[in-house]
Amino acid sequence: MATQASRAAARAMLSPAVVLLLIWMIVPLAMTLWFSFQRYNLLYPDRAGFIGFGNYINFVATSGFWEAIVNTLLLVGGVLAITVIGGILIALLIDQPIWGQGPVRILVISPFFIMPPVAALIWKNMFMNPSNGLFAEAARFLGLPPFDFLGQAPLASIVLIVAWQWLPFATLILLTALQSLDSERMEAAEMDGAGPFARFWFIALPHLARAITVVILIQTIFLLGIFGEILVTTNGGPGNASTTLTYLVYKEALLDFDAGTAAAGGVVAVILANIVALFLMRAIGRNLDA
Amino acid sequence: MGRITLEGVAKRFGEAEVIPPLDLDIPDGSFCVFVGPSGCGKSTLLRLIAGLEDTSAGRILIDGQDATRVPPAKRGLAMVFQSYALYPHMSVRANIAFPLRMAGMAREERDRRVEEAARVLNLTPYLDRRPGQLSGGQRQRVAIGRAIVREPKAFLFDEPLSNLDAALRVGMRIEITELHERLRTTMIYVTHDQVEAMTMADRIVVLNAGKIEQVGSPLELYREPRNRFVAGFIGSPRMNFIEGAEAARHGAHAIGIRPEHVTPHPSSGDWKGVVGVAEHLGSDTFLHVHDTGLAETITVRAEGEIGLNPGDTVYLTPQPDRIHRFAANGDRL
Ligand SMILES: Nc1ncnc2c1ncn2[C@@H]1O[C@H](COP(=O)(O)OP(=O)(O)OP(=O)(O)O)[C@@H](O)[C@H]1O
Ligand SMILES: [Mg+2]
Repeated sequence: MATQASRAAARAMLSPAVVLLLIWMIVPLAMTLWFSFQRYNLLYPDRAGFIGFGNYINFVATSGFWEAIVNTLLLVGGVLAITVIGGILIALLIDQPIWGQGPVRILVISPFFIMPPVAALIWKNMFMNPSNGLFAEAARFLGLPPFDFLGQAPLASIVLIVAWQWLPFATLILLTALQSLDSERMEAAEMDGAGPFARFWFIALPHLARAITVVILIQTIFLLGIFGEILVTTNGGPGNASTTLTYLVYKEALLDFDAGTAAAGGVVAVILANIVALFLMRAIGRNLDA
Repeated sequence: MGRITLEGVAKRFGEAEVIPPLDLDIPDGSFCVFVGPSGCGKSTLLRLIAGLEDTSAGRILIDGQDATRVPPAKRGLAMVFQSYALYPHMSVRANIAFPLRMAGMAREERDRRVEEAARVLNLTPYLDRRPGQLSGGQRQRVAIGRAIVREPKAFLFDEPLSNLDAALRVGMRIEITELHERLRTTMIYVTHDQVEAMTMADRIVVLNAGKIEQVGSPLELYREPRNRFVAGFIGSPRMNFIEGAEAARHGAHAIGIRPEHVTPHPSSGDWKGVVGVAEHLGSDTFLHVHDTGLAETITVRAEGEIGLNPGDTVYLTPQPDRIHRFAANGDRL
């Protein structure tokens, strides 16, 4: 964008997209904000009107609100930890010249092509089911009592399922970053006396910092909204053990038909997302500067 | 100490034999330059010595010890790469200190050596910068600094100057030569620039398709090239080769004469031709002479300005004692 003319042209070209996006985002946000200050329960359509922060007080007072926040953060944090660490390990592995590299790479990214609820159902019914699941079968083979994953450790199980889905994304981004590492730099480190671990720690990992940041930021955006996997596996239960903020909003809106409180919940979720984003940008955002 | 001996060293990549078995002895303290055209295996040979590639056959001795299976870090050699291969996220100080840190050296000793290397290489003001904030020449010096702090037995350079502009290249050439004068450590230097080879080396190894064509001092190679390949590769502009009747008159399949050993004259001489292009460098003029009936073009160096222009007729006289004679297989007669 060097000249005045090209800058003006760029703005003109961009404006339809910007306007569309603006409407797309502003209208739902404005409606959510509007409803969050209204008494609006689908079961009692006659009791309408402005109630100030009543919905917010309602939502925060819902049983399981704080638990939902903690669960949301645990879900996001757990999946990030598994995908980033696992992604680095797998990327290091499939970056090696191995026989059958092409098919292996395609296999590694394939979980990403499976629709989230389908993936979750497969995990629930074919792997984690305590009576017919593969894990139960394996446990029985080893002479151990089968473990009821979704009953005993619901949140951890969901973390596992979601992490499995997002691992390919992390692996792919980290693999491309790893491949852009100059081989002469690794050889220089080798000549300088750095062993494999030192080379990873001092050379490869700093090189991956930017890719790791991208993975964390993009995944956080999507992980805060995880819903389908919870719906088809645990329904947020047992109790509130796997209810996240998103799922709590769903419960308010579509199980209790309280649109007002659900809207307030939506706004709380937006605020939480912004807090997380702010925190992340503070912590790792400088990695994105060239 | 840093004497490097190759005994029957060969390298194959799959089916392709990049380096046929070769023997080479590089004495301690020498400045040895590998030259040859692109793709002739210079880098491969250097990487074999460094240990970054495994040999397919033969032995590599460092100070008489068999180092063929010794990992690169344990060979006591330091390498400077064409791309510098600096660590971009570390300061210049940390870059230079990295090998010492990997060796587990104490902090004070490390700092002392880094300061010393920075002083020698004029890098002191830049110690706290990142490599990305340095010019090409400064980066090159950091890479050299990282090599010298280790006090290696020998330095290996792979085309270290090829990313620099012409003026800087001349400057760095002199700096590296001075560094060698001061340290007296063996240096092996790869280049495809024969001017670098001639000016820096005390021994030149001319490679062609992985084979050693000749080893010798720069002037030996210039005065007595063993074959046509070396004769054509060493010296700039290239030696003129003449075949046919004129060569037969000298009892050879081909004769070679360097441009600086032919005297042009406007009216009398042995060979008659027409000036094609005249390149005026100020101190010298290079004439490209056509239509001599001997070779397509004969290049001639004339000192200073001479009054010959394109299209003029010119007479050339070679200095008889500077004529090189070659057999049909290219060997010197
Ligand atoms: N890893 C490899 N696998 C297969 N062939 C290789 C490999 N590395 C180098 N070669 C081949 O070996 C030959 C010598 O390569 P090398 O890099 O040593 O050339 P060079 O003399 O350094 O050339 P340049 O001056 O262009 O750097 C080339 O023909 C190249 O194609
Ligand atoms: Mg090379």
